[in-house]
Amino acid sequence: MTQPLDIMVETPSQTAGPYVHIGCIPTFAGVEGVYPEDLGLSPIEDDAQGEVITIVGSIYDGTGWAMRDAMFESWQADAAGVYPGQDGADPKVTGFCRFAADKDTGEFTLRTIKPGSVKGRNGQVFAPHISIWIVARGINIGLNTRIYFDDEDNSADPLLARIEQRPRVDTLIAKKTGDGTYRFDIRLQGEGETVFLDL
Amino acid sequence: MTDTAALMPRRREVHPDPYYTDYKTSITRSPSLPLLSMESTPSEETGPRFGHNMLGALDNNLISNYSQGKALAVGERIRVHGRVLDELGRPVPHTLVEIWQANAGGRYRHIKDTYFAPLDPNFGGCGRTITDENGHYEFMTIRPGAYPWPNRANDWRPMHIHFSIFGHAFGQRLISQMYFQGDPLIDLCPIAATVRDRSQLDRLVAPLDMQNSRGMDYLAYKFDIVLRGRRQTMFENKPEGM
Repeated sequence: MTQPLDIMVETPSQTAGPYVHIGCIPTFAGVEGVYPEDLGLSPIEDDAQGEVITIVGSIYDGTGWAMRDAMFESWQADAAGVYPGQDGADPKVTGFCRFAADKDTGEFTLRTIKPGSVKGRNGQVFAPHISIWIVARGINIGLNTRIYFDDEDNSADPLLARIEQRPRVDTLIAKKTGDGTYRFDIRLQGEGETVFLDL
Repeated sequence: MTDTAALMPRRREVHPDPYYTDYKTSITRSPSLPLLSMESTPSEETGPRFGHNMLGALDNNLISNYSQGKALAVGERIRVHGRVLDELGRPVPHTLVEIWQANAGGRYRHIKDTYFAPLDPNFGGCGRTITDENGHYEFMTIRPGAYPWPNRANDWRPMHIHFSIFGHAFGQRLISQMYFQGDPLIDLCPIAATVRDRSQLDRLVAPLDMQNSRGMDYLAYKFDIVLRGRRQTMFENKPEGM
């Protein structure tokens, strides 16, 4: 026998189901009047510092179908690479956004500012990125991934460096489609499967 | 030990199998390749915070928040309460908890829900609150009905309430479901069964809590939630290997 570890166990996840929008973005779901507005409508306020960008994409299931019912959350640093809540953070950046796939087309849109690179432990520096969390019916535990940008230098990013199969790095990199616009598609399964994270 | 310490790695074995054939939708919506694992970074160790001032007075009362207090929802009145803790057993204060559920007949207020149980004109089905300094939360609601769903030919969801919890770090983000003690449909539900370890599934089943019920008013159910913790060490900020 030994001493007990006294560590508790995380509550198991369950799928967010098809009606996650009722709980998280009720006005979007047609449940109006309970809250003044949905949480996380925008990760920035007017006058946030940095380049305003728009990221558009779809999320595809294993058959290649663009899912209509997924919900996303994003979390990011400000233009200087400082997270909201940290000293010196841009007060106009909340950093958090909730958005959903369009119910007719499956396309999602995230309008934000491009974050700066972020300092980690031991001198690590992460290239500009936005953290994404995905829930939907059929997803039993929320999926984490990141959006990097193809017009940034991602060559020294410690997370991307850990991806052994180098072509898969591309799945985390948004492609510039115009002035301040990017495309980022997510594939849950099969060819071009997005790298999902456990960290 | 600070709020910027690394998160404890997620113990994936206590969570559902992402791919579980009896839950058909998971077959095409689960990654087939391994997740990329590494130590948490500032992106996961920080997270959004929400203030109590964003809450309306009825936000955590699903019996009356849809009508904004003008009328009451139909159903068995219940109070759902508990604590949000981390893996070290410490309370997680001031964190947002959101819930959503079907009405007493097992129908969601959603365009995609076509079950013929009627909508309740006084029930929206969502609520939210923020834990107090000790990690406590509570909701007033009605017990949701069980309902059939299109999976296998005759699958029914047990009575359940969906929970969304933030914690203080984006890497703690969690969505789960609370079931009710004694519901025989739990054992038949392929979504509940995605949690393979029965002792872990039991942790999603809220016990009836008569001591916190109120006579002639409501029954209570207790549901505690545990989020990922942070590594506790004094060595955190030293160069690697030192």
